[in-house]
Amino acid sequence: MSLEIDRITKTFDGAAVLRDVSLNVRDGEFLALLGPSGSGKTTLLNLIAGLTQPDGGKLLLDGTDITHKPAGARRFGMVFQSYALFRHMSVADNIAFGLRIMRGRDRPSKAERRTRVCELLDLIEMPELADRYPAQLSGGQQQRVAMARALAISPRLLLLDEPFSALDAQVRRSLRGSVRDLQRKVGVTALLVTHDQSEAFEIADRVAVMNGGLIEQVGTREELQQNPASDFVRQFIAAG
Amino acid sequence: MNRPILIGLAVLLSLIVIILPVAAIFTRAFAEGVSVWAQAVTEPETLAAIRLTILTALIVLPVNIVFGLCAAWAIARFRFPGRRALLVVIEIPFAISPIVAGLCFLLIYGAYGPVGSALQPYGIQLMFNLTGIVLVSLFVTCPFVVREVLPVLSVAGEDEERAALTLGANGWQIFRLVTFPNITWALVYGAILATARAIGEFGAVSVVSGAIRGQTMTLPLQIELLYNDYNTTGAFAAATVLALLALLTLVLRALISITHPATGAKP
Repeated sequence: MSLEIDRITKTFDGAAVLRDVSLNVRDGEFLALLGPSGSGKTTLLNLIAGLTQPDGGKLLLDGTDITHKPAGARRFGMVFQSYALFRHMSVADNIAFGLRIMRGRDRPSKAERRTRVCELLDLIEMPELADRYPAQLSGGQQQRVAMARALAISPRLLLLDEPFSALDAQVRRSLRGSVRDLQRKVGVTALLVTHDQSEAFEIADRVAVMNGGLIEQVGTREELQQNPASDFVRQFIAAG
Repeated sequence: MNRPILIGLAVLLSLIVIILPVAAIFTRAFAEGVSVWAQAVTEPETLAAIRLTILTALIVLPVNIVFGLCAAWAIARFRFPGRRALLVVIEIPFAISPIVAGLCFLLIYGAYGPVGSALQPYGIQLMFNLTGIVLVSLFVTCPFVVREVLPVLSVAGEDEERAALTLGANGWQIFRLVTFPNITWALVYGAILATARAIGEFGAVSVVSGAIRGQTMTLPLQIELLYNDYNTTGAFAAATVLALLALLTLVLRALISITHPATGAKP
């Protein structure tokens, strides 16, 4: 699925958080929104997820306007910074949640759900931890469960909000590769929000550098390093 | 050096103020034998009072649960004008003396009050009957559930609910499958506290009950009535029933604090 972000604006209490943001996310690519805190990247991700409404502009998914589609109807998988796992549910129940609450004909049977959960547990390489509870898992394991839960609904878009920020450096590095591999294997278009440029460059195909509610430049690592479009991009990339 | 003195003082105080009086109720009630106690407890008037007290508690309980959940949810999840004011308003019943609360209800809902007099032509009377007792009991007990549920709900945070939303859950599914399991025990704990209070409430209820023997006497009122009638055996026998009901809620509280220590219930 491709996503077109068309002149999105958003203000909170009179302060402009996003000013005329336009961006094209290509089908199957992994795109990172990179920027310092307060640059509007998380707000943009929440807008795409449908958790916030824009003041102006449009969101087009494969050409269809989804700007005012409710979050639950978008079928976008989201991994939160806190992972937001359901603490009273086992790993298997967490992963199955999105399938269990489906309505009508779409809802898979219990056996189908169990098969799907097993597939996803294999995918994140945690088949033996199905019956554990989130509190019994390490940070890295929790993050992978959050990934599996988001992927269970066969999302049309995968949204990742600072998914590595709660992990220590070593786990972070090993998980970057696994997130990238998962995205490739599933073939889902993905958007990652991060303030860490090494993370952005390592995982993403392209990186959008954000500052003050604007996208300063979109490009690959080489493009951003060799032809920075603004002083901010040059300094931000150099500082990291 | 100071430790044994402090502990000794605490024990002495609990003994004088709490343990001896409660023990005295039971010794006095059973002083003339179990059969006399049983006879006193099964007096029609006392039985009616027990029935009315339990009925009141059973009516107040679901209202408290629903109101408490709604209020806690609104305060924890939404930012709206008057949110802080609502927090303060919900605490008012704790600050106001119950007897004053009773008088307030009488002033408004009594036969001469604005609401009471407006309803009178239709033959609707709110005070001096079960309705009045239930209304003041609600006033006195409504903060409990909110106060227990609100902190847990605030800590539980919105992320789990937002995650459920992105996974396609509707409002009811989010509440039933995600939010409610996190607050269940805080809710039960608050409901137990509220029920204990509703069962034992004297001041507010005494103002609005009308004290009709065998009809609008709750158990605490009945105990006072028996005592004033010089029926000490009857009064103490009825008091044991009230004390047992209170002990039951204590045991339930302790059980929850052991099995679910995170609810805020302290052993």
